[in-house]
Amino acid sequence: MGSLLTICYLIASVTFILGLKMLSNPATARRGNLIAAGGMTLAIIGTIFLYEEGGVYLHNYGWIFSGIVIGGIAGTFAARKVQMTAMPEMVSLFNGMGGACAALISIVEFGRLRQGPFLSGGWTEYPPLSALGDTGEKFHLQIGVPVGELLIILLGVIIGSVSCAGSVVAWGKLNGRIKDIRFKGQHIINLGLLLVVLVLAGYVLVVVKQLPDIEIDPGHVWLSVSQAANAPLPVVVRVLFYVVCVLSVVYGVFFVLPVGGADMPVVISLLNSFTGVAAACGGFLYDNKAMLTGGILVGAAGTLLTILMCRAMNRSLRNVLIGSFGGGLAGGATSMGGERKEQGSYKEISISDAAMVMSYAHKVMIVPGYGLAVAQAQHACHELEKLLTEKGVEVKYAIHPVAGRMPGHMNVLLAEADVSYDNLLEMEQANEQFPSTDVVVVLGANDVVNPAAKTDPSSPIYGMPILDVEAAKTCIVNKRSMKPGYAGIENELFFRPRTSMLFGDAKRVLQDLISEIKRI
Amino acid sequence: MESILNWIGVHQQMIYIVILMIFLGIEVIGRVPAVLHTPLMSGANAIHGVVIIGAIIVMGKADPHNYVALGLGFLAVVLGTLNVVGGFVVTDRMLEMFKKRK
Repeated sequence: MGSLLTICYLIASVTFILGLKMLSNPATARRGNLIAAGGMTLAIIGTIFLYEEGGVYLHNYGWIFSGIVIGGIAGTFAARKVQMTAMPEMVSLFNGMGGACAALISIVEFGRLRQGPFLSGGWTEYPPLSALGDTGEKFHLQIGVPVGELLIILLGVIIGSVSCAGSVVAWGKLNGRIKDIRFKGQHIINLGLLLVVLVLAGYVLVVVKQLPDIEIDPGHVWLSVSQAANAPLPVVVRVLFYVVCVLSVVYGVFFVLPVGGADMPVVISLLNSFTGVAAACGGFLYDNKAMLTGGILVGAAGTLLTILMCRAMNRSLRNVLIGSFGGGLAGGATSMGGERKEQGSYKEISISDAAMVMSYAHKVMIVPGYGLAVAQAQHACHELEKLLTEKGVEVKYAIHPVAGRMPGHMNVLLAEADVSYDNLLEMEQANEQFPSTDVVVVLGANDVVNPAAKTDPSSPIYGMPILDVEAAKTCIVNKRSMKPGYAGIENELFFRPRTSMLFGDAKRVLQDLISEIKRI
Repeated sequence: MESILNWIGVHQQMIYIVILMIFLGIEVIGRVPAVLHTPLMSGANAIHGVVIIGAIIVMGKADPHNYVALGLGFLAVVLGTLNVVGGFVVTDRMLEMFKKRK
């Protein structure tokens, strides 16, 4: 039966690889996801019914099934109900749960190690009495645990806890429950904390490695074995293990706290690959190839994905993690509601004027941003597009790679509203077309159209490629207020002569525009 | 030192898998368009939910009288299932929207 399980795991591993491969191509992505899900189901069912250790199958089926049913129903419900805009938070939260799961496995396994001493002869369970009695030789009983195994357990608990705590903070930041917290020397403290965690973990390993073996007297085998078994791991080891757990959680929180909201996708992707590695630790622990392949695959792919995302924003990972965005001295002067330095005045445009300008344009380019997502205005946006197209206006969407809260966020959102894929332009194409565009409508986007990224070397977003909306003849910017965007920096674009502001919730403004255009 | 070499010897298969998977993971998503970054991240998120297997093993091996192990294992199974099921369903929902664009 064991080999049947091996085949299940083999198939699962192949589906994971195939699934990831297919997920990176738009035409096959959905099927890829389903194939990986199928492989996962097979691996789970196989584990429940076929897993054995020394001829003993798993028990506690009641607990296992109720856990799966509860998790399955809650997971489906949460994933089905979540708004399209809250998708990134949801992914982050699910990731945190995976991390917590990995950490819990390590904690339980640590508890088990404490109870089950290992014979240096290679026994992993208490040896059968006959085996001990017959040989008549002296045995060495190791009271500690195999150092390699403990190392994996420690890695699992550290990475899992960091990933879990970090993901929960990222979730809280994305939905606005947790604010950015920065203080001087934060990076030094974080680094110190990480160092403390690693040193303590190393110390635990050293202590365990130096535990003396106990010699077993063949005449009193059981007595010596039970004495050895009842001698728990040294208190230092047990206490330090849990200290490492707690400090890892603290580190996870501190790790994400200083990172700006606009950088959250990068951090989530990074934590995602962390959880992958934590899952792989479990693979080592149980000699389980499916966990190992799945975990490492995600770890590697996630790391690359993180780097690709950083590249899309033209920033280094180090830069993102240190969290220079809008924080520290560079952006300090422009915090929320603070005084604006040497900015001119901006002008507003009324709904009817805006409607007029748009209906008589040849070409309108819509630049969606997070504001569109928050207002759930994608359907209204599509309606406006249809209306204008009927009037003979050419309407396109300019999609910045990091518009919204995640790369691809806008594409998903607009696709939900049935916007044709052909009308979505990527940044390079869009920038080519701006000079021939009459009206640019910026819907709740800010940092991705901030000219400071090109002109002001002191700006925290300096160097990020932006959508060149200034090249168009007119630019209408819809925002809720003059508050700076997520990066917390002022946007000169709003004060340019060709720009007019159209304040209000994106959805309501679009609906007003639609009824106004219909009247013209 | 000796124990490290020993450990590598015992786990050499696993170490080979780790190294190959690192290359494969990088290779497989190397050419992903920016549009798919989010669904890909979400899909990868679901795949690392494979950690649920570990949770099931922990749960299944737990001594029925050790309530700490049972409780922690149960929590691990619930969280792991949430990760797997939620992850795949969310990814599917995102990709469902991509399909329509043809």
